[in-house]
Amino acid sequence: MNGPMPAPPVRPVVSAPVLTIEDFSVDYLVDPVVHAVKNVSLTLRRGEVLGLAGESGCGKSTLAYGIVRLLKPPAAIVSGRAVFHSREGIEIDWNLLDAEELRATRWDKISMVFQGAMNSLNPVISIRDQLEDVFTAHRPELGRHERRKRCAELLERVGVDPARLRAYPHELSGGMRQRVMIAMAMALEPQVMIMDEPTTALDVVVQREILREITRLRDELGFAVVFITHDLPLLLEISDRIAVMRAGEVVELGDALSLYTDPQHDYTKQLLASFPSLTGERGSFVRGGMDERLLALDAVRLDDPNAGSTA
Amino acid sequence: MTTLTAEHLVKNYHLRRGLRGSTLRAVDDVSFTLEPGRTVALVGQSGSGKSTIAKLLLQLERPTAGRILVDGKPAQRRGGGLDRYRRTVQMVFQDPFASLNPYHTVEHHLERPIRLHHPKLSGDEVHRRVLHLLERVRLTPAENVAARRPHQLSGGQRQRVAIARALAPRPGVLIADEPVSMLDVSIRLGVLNLLATLQREEDLGVLYITHDLATARHFADEILVMYRGRIVERGDADEVILRPRHEYTKTLAAAAPNPERRLSELRGG
Repeated sequence: MNGPMPAPPVRPVVSAPVLTIEDFSVDYLVDPVVHAVKNVSLTLRRGEVLGLAGESGCGKSTLAYGIVRLLKPPAAIVSGRAVFHSREGIEIDWNLLDAEELRATRWDKISMVFQGAMNSLNPVISIRDQLEDVFTAHRPELGRHERRKRCAELLERVGVDPARLRAYPHELSGGMRQRVMIAMAMALEPQVMIMDEPTTALDVVVQREILREITRLRDELGFAVVFITHDLPLLLEISDRIAVMRAGEVVELGDALSLYTDPQHDYTKQLLASFPSLTGERGSFVRGGMDERLLALDAVRLDDPNAGSTA
Repeated sequence: MTTLTAEHLVKNYHLRRGLRGSTLRAVDDVSFTLEPGRTVALVGQSGSGKSTIAKLLLQLERPTAGRILVDGKPAQRRGGGLDRYRRTVQMVFQDPFASLNPYHTVEHHLERPIRLHHPKLSGDEVHRRVLHLLERVRLTPAENVAARRPHQLSGGQRQRVAIARALAPRPGVLIADEPVSMLDVSIRLGVLNLLATLQREEDLGVLYITHDLATARHFADEILVMYRGRIVERGDADEVILRPRHEYTKTLAAAAPNPERRLSELRGG
């Protein structure tokens, strides 16, 4: 169960890697110990969108937090490392950084759009102050004037009127708050952005706008994206490659097309079968007879009454 | 067996800005009928007025104009008549993490509506009904689930408790406001499939509110597309999705994730 995975089939590497995750494992040191991430190895290439799919509790967020070392006890990284390859050819092993180096490297090299980004802004501080804070922390040499100019540019880049800099988060719609979060993550032009369910709380039209924005900015600025979500149809649309996670392990990794047309693992097949197609055949899976197999995925477990309590 | 009809519903909200005020028309002349055994889907973006319609139908809000008819007769607005109305029209909320009280057991959640609407039942009888409800939403072993508290269940299981709770007073109409949008993709179909099965068994009229066009198409018989308080397009589910006529419906359809579209591009390139 805990042994190394057989290497999933991967296409030959086309461009240089920007982030390599090797044999990464995270445990939650509670009683009994929860192995949240088990020996995950992944390579993120420069400029690609890597989708990370899986259900609640499969360890995808834990993995993301582990990469940038934001995990708090009782979580602990028990094996493996995440190595960042900068454009200049320098390798940074995140495990070897001390607290100050970590602070300086985070956001500068790898930034994050957090889950529930709608609620990750500080409600009592204006948008400008929150954006400026990134620059005061990471680019202290910038003058106030320059800082403000950059904040305005950032908002413009994500399609928000710079006049809204003076606004507080509650004065913005959900989609705009999301854009501000993305602007903040882009502030230092990182080479990797980790997006943890960035569009989950948004409606489809706004979600589509945000996705277009992310794709456009990716093409413009050339950063790589790790896109985490349980929404497989969405991932199939925007990712170059997709890793499917289950119970802490990557069970399948492949480019979007082959994953969709020729899934290898049973679990991937199950996930692919679990959303109805918008324009395809009208299936009877919803309105047909009761299909107990569909609910078997979510059966009540007697051995572990706390199952499913993770976010 | 209940037929619920909304006739020319209008709801205005007054917004105050200092001394000045303005009116926001959240629902503008909306009419539709919920018949036993049929599902009507209400789709549209956030802020299009979908949830306001749910509130009007539940009589949590008073319509500014228009009326709600139950089997052809105007819905009662107070007293015993309202109690009967509330028994007939039940609701499943979006967020199963917020709609169940963390302090109470599953049994408590299901017991309350049974006791409220059937005050003469004995404790034994109520308990039996609770277990029966849990079995109907496939939460077995029922005894074990009844004793649990919400945090000991997964999101999908909690939503099934919420469905059981809505069914407890034996309603004729069920309003489901985004019942699966908070759930994992892999268990959404299971919950919808269960809902459709229960609907058939009870001959319920269902109003399915969502912004997910794909599930609306497969789950509903009729789709109403809402935009800024108005119904801009309505018709047979397949017809609306596959051959949309209104611009806004086309926008919605284009925004929905559709892997086929991208993958055919990938194949081509």
